[in-house]
Amino acid sequence: MTVHQSISDETRPAYNYAYLDEQTKRMIRRALLKAVAVPGYQVPFGSREMPLARGWGTGGIQVTAAIIGPDDTLKVIDQGADDTTNAVSIRRFFERTADARTTEATDEATIIQTRHRIPEAPLKAGQIMVYQVPQPEPLRKLEPHEAETRKMHAWAEYGLMQVKLYENIARFGEVTTTYDYPVMVNGRYVMAPSPIPKFDNPKMQMSPALQLFGAGREKRIYAVPPHTSVRSLDFDDHPFRIQSWEQPCALCGAADSYLDEVVIDDQGGRMFVCSDSHHCETRRADGHRGAMLADASALHLVEDEAKP
Amino acid sequence: MYVAVKGGEAAILATHDLVAEARRGDESVPELAVAQIREQMGLACGRVMNEGSLYDPDLAALALKQAQGDAIEAAFLMRAYRTTLPRFGSSEPLDTAKMAIRRRISATYKDLPGGQVLGPTYDYTHRLFDFALMDEAASGEAQARPAAQPLDASMPRVPDILGAEGLMEEEAPPEGDPRPFDLTREPVTFPADRDVRLQAMARGDEGFMLGLGYSVQRGYGNTHPFVGEVRVGEVSVEYVPEELGFAVDLGDVTLTECQMVNQFAGSKEVPPQFTRGYGLSFGHSERKAMSMSLVDRALKAREFGEAATYPAQQDEFVLYHSDNVEAAGFVEHLKLPHYVDFQGELELIRRIRREREQRLADQPDEALPEAAE
Repeated sequence: MTVHQSISDETRPAYNYAYLDEQTKRMIRRALLKAVAVPGYQVPFGSREMPLARGWGTGGIQVTAAIIGPDDTLKVIDQGADDTTNAVSIRRFFERTADARTTEATDEATIIQTRHRIPEAPLKAGQIMVYQVPQPEPLRKLEPHEAETRKMHAWAEYGLMQVKLYENIARFGEVTTTYDYPVMVNGRYVMAPSPIPKFDNPKMQMSPALQLFGAGREKRIYAVPPHTSVRSLDFDDHPFRIQSWEQPCALCGAADSYLDEVVIDDQGGRMFVCSDSHHCETRRADGHRGAMLADASALHLVEDEAKP
Repeated sequence: MYVAVKGGEAAILATHDLVAEARRGDESVPELAVAQIREQMGLACGRVMNEGSLYDPDLAALALKQAQGDAIEAAFLMRAYRTTLPRFGSSEPLDTAKMAIRRRISATYKDLPGGQVLGPTYDYTHRLFDFALMDEAASGEAQARPAAQPLDASMPRVPDILGAEGLMEEEAPPEGDPRPFDLTREPVTFPADRDVRLQAMARGDEGFMLGLGYSVQRGYGNTHPFVGEVRVGEVSVEYVPEELGFAVDLGDVTLTECQMVNQFAGSKEVPPQFTRGYGLSFGHSERKAMSMSLVDRALKAREFGEAATYPAQQDEFVLYHSDNVEAAGFVEHLKLPHYVDFQGELELIRRIRREREQRLADQPDEALPEAAE
């Protein structure tokens, strides 16, 4: 006979703080400690089945759940923005299960869980980035077998990756990987930085923040401790370079941020705006004005500028 | 901030209401009771229990109701619940030789101790609609008459019969009979041992396992299987609480077990013998158990020194891709926004095309230069 618990308000205490039980958190913390001790090395962990779907951030959620405490302030972004639907969903998960204090301000956050971006504002010592990782293995597209790629890492046998990059340059004149661009961590392990645009790769280099990576479906955790070398793979005669745009952000005028393209009509009209929504708002609040801010404001595409 | 992405929270809450409305359907039609699903959609509940890795017909029925009959979504609900349950111990090994048989057939012997027992099967139904079922009240009598004679008490398993003659691959537990691996608590490493493989396949997607098993039969893998036996029935689950020190009966589970008999030409060390493929699943689910037993044998390729050329013979391929809850999550995550990465691709392809056009304009007579020039 089974006694079923209904998941309603009166039985909420049935779930532990931050959803995971303490044994599981301990297991994840052990994996995290190992990952920090061996930067860039993929540590297998007993990834739990979560109430959110695989591929939707279960790795990042487990890492956050294992490290979050009552004193933390959590920021969750997807595509650089705090209000994309899945970021909202994950933030609600921690508000519900961990009574988490949440913020959209990068500098107020102690934990930033992210999918596909690193915030534009520089990170500080004491902050923790938690990356959601779909495919932790940077060599997977070159070698499908896990048993093989683990050996390649063990022997630091990265020739295959160098050949792939070379072939890109030979065919297209440049490396055609635009996101999840492979990096060498601490001069030892080639690591997938998760599908952040290569624009963000330089932000990982010697970052004062702790960077944790969780791949739930693939059951791997890895890390980059603060002040660790993270070098994007390249060649002396073809140095690594990042994306650039011909125009600044249409809303805040930033010329040095990663821009999203927004299609505004069916006549080929485009506007380019910051992907980091908090960065863009902060700049507008500081009085920076992009070329199309007035139009966007009139169309209520941005919030009332009088109350930023 | 854009309207397009603003208001995510309100929109998410609204989708929950819309799902509830879609689930209920036309309110003039009576609502389904969970007990009705459990009793009248038993095969669907079996599938959800298998792929959700949790034996609980009531919860499986609830999951199906909540998921509008979507088997994978229902399995996901089961797993997300299962993962929160405390584990207080492992049962004693189940003895399927002592199964209370509902169905037991062998394709390798015309008759055998215990006999062939057809039991409830669709095998010999003609797939013609029974329009009488359209009428809710008409179904009335659905009682089968009991057989004239009771079944034999002893129903030995066919591989055991072959084993007695020494013709069957021996299967002994590994040294010390360790507790089986639990892939829901620990990460799998490769090559994966048989306990891990069987566990992964038992919770694997029925359709995927069926396709893989079929591929083995069609030539993508070289096994020549016979159904040694399929049996369906109830087996009791026993548990030894530490404080008691003797086994306590926890109740019965309905299981389907399939043992395939395969040829093996032998090698230098091993004489020619039959080898087995094993499948076990919750509920009455022969298709699943049979598919699993085909793939189990194919996955033994390494142990028998056979070339592992085809997908069904490769443990990484089978284990990683048979988990439908993981697969569905990752396939469907493509619905999430990817515009940051897509912007990177747009920037790249525009630039490469611009450079190409520039080059063609500079050298109108020449074809595109060769690589690395």
